[in-house]
Amino acid sequence: MSLRILTENIDIPELTSFEVYRKLGGYRSVEKSLKTMSPSGVMEEVKKSTLRGRGGAGFPTGMKWSFLARGIGKPHYLICNADESEPGTFKDRYLMERNPHLLIDGMITSAFALEANTAYIYVRGELFRVLRILEKAIGEAYANGFLGKNILGSGYSLDIFCHPGAGAYICGEETALIESVEGKRGNPRIKPPFPAIAGLWDCPTVVNNVETLASVPWIINNGGEEYAKIGVWKSTGTKLMSACGHISKPGVYEVKMGLPVEEFIYSEEYCGGIRKGNKLKAVIAGGSSVPILPADLILKTAAGEPRLITYESLSEGGFETGTMLGSGGFIVMDNTTCIVKNLWNFTRFYRHESCGQCSPCREGTGWMEKVLYGIENGEGKMPDIDLLEDVAKNIEGHTICPLGDAAAWPVRSAIRHFRSEFEEHVKLKKCPF
Amino acid sequence: METDQHKQIPFNDETLAMVNRIIGRYPEGRQKSALIPLLHIAQAEAGGWLSPETMDYVASLLKIKPIEVYEVATFYTMFNLKPVGNCTIEVCRTGPCWLNGAEEIVSHLEKKLHIRVGETTSDGKFTLKTVECLAACGNAPVIQVGTAYHENMTTESVDLLLDEWREETSPSYQNPYK
Ligand SMILES: Cc1cc2nc3c(=O)[nH]c(=O)nc-3n(C[C@H](O)[C@H](O)[C@H](O)COP(=O)(O)O)c2cc1C
Ligand code: SF4
Repeated sequence: MSLRILTENIDIPELTSFEVYRKLGGYRSVEKSLKTMSPSGVMEEVKKSTLRGRGGAGFPTGMKWSFLARGIGKPHYLICNADESEPGTFKDRYLMERNPHLLIDGMITSAFALEANTAYIYVRGELFRVLRILEKAIGEAYANGFLGKNILGSGYSLDIFCHPGAGAYICGEETALIESVEGKRGNPRIKPPFPAIAGLWDCPTVVNNVETLASVPWIINNGGEEYAKIGVWKSTGTKLMSACGHISKPGVYEVKMGLPVEEFIYSEEYCGGIRKGNKLKAVIAGGSSVPILPADLILKTAAGEPRLITYESLSEGGFETGTMLGSGGFIVMDNTTCIVKNLWNFTRFYRHESCGQCSPCREGTGWMEKVLYGIENGEGKMPDIDLLEDVAKNIEGHTICPLGDAAAWPVRSAIRHFRSEFEEHVKLKKCPF
Repeated sequence: METDQHKQIPFNDETLAMVNRIIGRYPEGRQKSALIPLLHIAQAEAGGWLSPETMDYVASLLKIKPIEVYEVATFYTMFNLKPVGNCTIEVCRTGPCWLNGAEEIVSHLEKKLHIRVGETTSDGKFTLKTVECLAACGNAPVIQVGTAYHENMTTESVDLLLDEWREETSPSYQNPYK
C-alpha cells in the first residue's frame, strides 16, 4: 500500500501556486512551529522521527542539527542542497518543479529550529527552469507573510534566496557547495572543521538535501513518533526513488521504507518489470556512486533474505555482497547491457568531474578510464583487470572528499561481480555485446 | 559573429538593478558570492559567452580582481569561453542516456551539422556540446536547448528540433532572472 508524504497532491498542476498549496493544508508546520513550539522543540521532533539525510549519506538529520555551534556570536545558516547531479538521480528536480512550496515550508520550519535568519537554496546551474519556479514561490511566500521580518507575528525573521551553480557535479559535496556559494571554484574543504562549526563564511552551517527538508513539514504536523512508525527499524518514513534504465515504467516513486526490491522492480505500481520482457541483469541502487549488484544479489541478500529498500538491507553483506541506498537513483540494466561499457562511461564521468585537488583522484580516474576504454575496445590484456582493481584500491580512502571513493566503488564492484565479462572482452579482443 | 546583435555590455539600467538586487542577497562585504549569478547574466547579455572584457567588467561590478573571475569562469562547464552559435544543443552523455542511445544521437548531430562536439557551425547557427547527467534519466536520451528539456529523443525528433532552430532568430541562451 502506498503512502504519500512528499508526493501527496503532486499531480495537481496548480500546486506550484501558494494559494493552492495553502488551501490543501500547506504551511501548517510553519504556523505550528513558530507559534506554539521552541526551536529546540522542533529539533526534538525531528530527532524522534529518526529522519536520515536523503542526499546520499543517510546521516540522521536531528543529530546533524544538534551539532550546530550555537551561541558563538555568529549567524547560523541553512543551505538546501538542490544540486542534484548524481547520475541516475532525478527526484529533487521532480519535487521542486511540482511542489516548490513544500520545500520552502520545510526550510522555514528547519531554519527556525536552527535559529538561522538566512537560508540559501543551491540550485543546480542547468536548472534555470527550477530556479524560476523557486524564485516565484519564494516571492509568494514573502507576499503572504511566511518569509521576511516577523513571520506571522512570531518575532522570527527569515530570508530565503536561491543561488545557482554553473555545471559541476562536485558542488553537490557540501563543502564544495559552500565554496561555490562564496563565489569560488568548487574545491572541497578538508574536514574538520565541519560546516556545523565553520561553514558558510566561517559561520555555523547546516546543509541538507531537498528531500530531507521536504520531509520536515509532515514530521512537525504529525509528530516525530508517527513518522518513526513508518518504515523498518532505523530506516523510517518514505523515500523517493528515481527509477531508470531498462524498465517498463521509469519515473519517480515514493515508497515506504521497507518495500521489497523485487516488488519495486516488478509490480505494476512501480517499475512494471523489465522492458520488452528481457531479463534483469544488474542494478545500481542508489546513484552511480554505489556498488553495482547482479540480479540475484539485488533481489536477495547473500543469506537469502529478501532485499528491502532500507539503508540497512541494501548494505547488508557490506561491499562484498551488498550496496547502499545512496540517493535513491535506481538504475536497472537488462541482459543486453555491457557492464564494461557502462562502467567506462561512469568512470569517464568521474574523471571529468574530479576537481583535481588530490592526485589519487585526479590521476586515478583518468587511468581507470583509459584502461576501461582499452578493454571495451578490444585492446585490453588480462593483467589490466587487476591493474584496474589496484588503481581503484589506491584511490579509496586516500582523498579529501568522497568523490574519489565514488569513482572507485563502481569499478571494484563491477570486477567483483562481473569479472568473467571483463575477461571475455580481453579474450575476444572486442565487446561481446 | 551574428550574436553580437544581442550584446548588452555594459549592462543597461534594468540589468544593473537586477545585479544590485542579487548582490543584496549576501551579507555586507560578501558581494563576491554574487559572482556565479552575475556570470550567468553577463553570459546571456554578452552574446552567450564570456570574453576577457566581459569578465573584467563583472570583476569591476563586484569590486574583485579579474583573476578571481577567471578562476571561477574556467571551473564551471556552463560558462563558455569562446563564442557560441545562436542555438546550443546539449546532449547528455552520462550512463542512463548513453545506455539508451545518446551515442547515436551525438553522431547523428555531428553528421547533420558537419561539426564535432564542442564546435560551432560556420553560419553561427548551432553549437554542439555534450553535458553530464541532466537529472532526467527516466526519459533518456535527453537534450537540453536553453532552458527546455527534450526527452526520449530519436534521430527523427532531433531532425525536427534542428528544423525548428534553423528558423529561430532569438538565441537559446537566457538570462535566468528575466
Ligand atoms: C561528489 C558528491 C556529490 C554530492 N552531490 C549531492 C547532491 O547533488 N545533492 C545532495 O543533496 N547531496 C549531495 N552530496 C552529499 C552532500 O555532501 C551532503 O552530504 C548532503 O547534502 C547532506 O544532506 P542530507 O544530510 O540531508 O542528506 C554529494 C556528495 C559528494 C561527495
Ligand atoms: S577526491 Fe577528487 S573531487 Fe574530491 S577533493 Fe579530491 S580531487 Fe577533488
